[in-house]
Amino acid sequence: MLDDFLIRAALAGLGTALAAGLLGCFVVWRRMAYFGDATAHAAILGVAVSLGFQVSVLTGVALVALGMALAIHWLTGRNHAMDATLGVLAHGALALGLVAVALIPGARINLDAYLFGDVLTVTRADLAVIWGGATVVCAVLWLHWSALLTATLNPDLAYAAGIDPRREQLILTLLLAAVVAVSIKVVGALLITALLIIPAAAARPFARTPEGMAAMATGIGAFAALAGLRLSLWLDTPVGPSIVCVAAGVFALATIGGQLRTIGR
Amino acid sequence: MSLLSADRIDVRHGGQIALQGVSLSVEPGEILTIVGPNGSGKSTLLRALIGAVAPSRGTVRRANGLRIGYVPQKLHIDPTLPLTVRRFLDLPRRVTTPEAEEALANAGVSGVIGQQMASLSGGQFQRVLLARALLGNPQVLMLDEATQGLDQPGSAAFYRQIEEVRGRLGCAVLMVSHELHVVMSASDRVICLNHHICCEGTPEVVSAAPAYRELFGTGTGGALALYRHEHDHGHDHDHDHSHSHSHEAAE
Repeated sequence: MLDDFLIRAALAGLGTALAAGLLGCFVVWRRMAYFGDATAHAAILGVAVSLGFQVSVLTGVALVALGMALAIHWLTGRNHAMDATLGVLAHGALALGLVAVALIPGARINLDAYLFGDVLTVTRADLAVIWGGATVVCAVLWLHWSALLTATLNPDLAYAAGIDPRREQLILTLLLAAVVAVSIKVVGALLITALLIIPAAAARPFARTPEGMAAMATGIGAFAALAGLRLSLWLDTPVGPSIVCVAAGVFALATIGGQLRTIGR
Repeated sequence: MSLLSADRIDVRHGGQIALQGVSLSVEPGEILTIVGPNGSGKSTLLRALIGAVAPSRGTVRRANGLRIGYVPQKLHIDPTLPLTVRRFLDLPRRVTTPEAEEALANAGVSGVIGQQMASLSGGQFQRVLLARALLGNPQVLMLDEATQGLDQPGSAAFYRQIEEVRGRLGCAVLMVSHELHVVMSASDRVICLNHHICCEGTPEVVSAAPAYRELFGTGTGGALALYRHEHDHGHDHDHDHSHSHSHEAAE
């Protein structure tokens, strides 16, 4: 079954949507979109590092994304007005990565694959990484769900309940780096944040509880992955952007539907 | 043994001293109120006691496994986060629906369990925060300006609820306020704070203390008397009982 490249692509998309849909809810609730951007863009620098040091792309991307996520985590702990700094980090990392890739002698790689994803060339090993990563992300979120939610709501409520909100924030940071590393192959560094926030935002108008929103976000992400893949075959367009287009379409419909529901009440 | 204590703690905020040499302890079952002007370090003191800020000097001690019910000054719920009252009461630990309903009834806000947190009125919201703090059977209930945004009758009713809850659960209450006249009559002990402890004692002792009058002026004495007058006539026997109970403890 896994011999078919389309099946592999679909499975890769589903695995990524699962992890990104769940984690994306926290990214939306905590307003970490720029944080996600900076971490994802650092992945291009990770590609350059892996070419320069002759290590696997996955290792390079994971390490650099992790480093960037930890750096931001450390910075946000010291200063709350981070918007501009995060913008500088996000775009600086991307530009530096693009320059570094160009500077590496003899490197003839197709950067598009890392910027926009290349899910049709996913191998069995890639699939193992994606589903392994998605499983870890889901398991950690499951175990920490209540503590994460309390810390997200209000750090002082967490402290009073014996939960350290800084620790929970660090866990989210690490998970974000993991999602970046596993989804770069599917949607690419530029659109990872889209896969995190669009399904969650689309689920919001119809959700009554955090868990409901997470379940719907996962479903919308999965639908976007499959429909986007189908769309790209049909129109002969790149898969990653097609997936994001479908997700954005669902978001637009959900927003309009949510408005109509409010008016109808 | 006291539930919670601070021993000569200093807390700094970006170089500025928020608290200096503050010592206090909370004993089981008592209602202890911290009063002070805006920016006097009241919230910082509460946050230091729950471990949210680290003192630069001195130590904070909490009894082993101390259960704290915390009601924050303001709880902003991001509009992107859907949250029913029922689900909110499940944080951080899941409770059964009967437990949740009982806590809401104890906090004086029945019948909102299925609503979204964002749709509650200011008074209902504060009472739901109180209900959440009551779940998990706290040994000490900590309230940080819990009546902000409520009008005077609303906050008076809220503090009567606190007395009632203390009477029922036997937990200690540590609360912070700048609404002196409302809080004073419900307290066993009052600490007047302005970065350091200016004076402390029973409400009568503190309201007569020169340091207190210097901070708040003499006008509050009249308001206090006015409030007590209203208070004596304004509620039913049940409330009266718990009220006089707290007075015995204060005297």
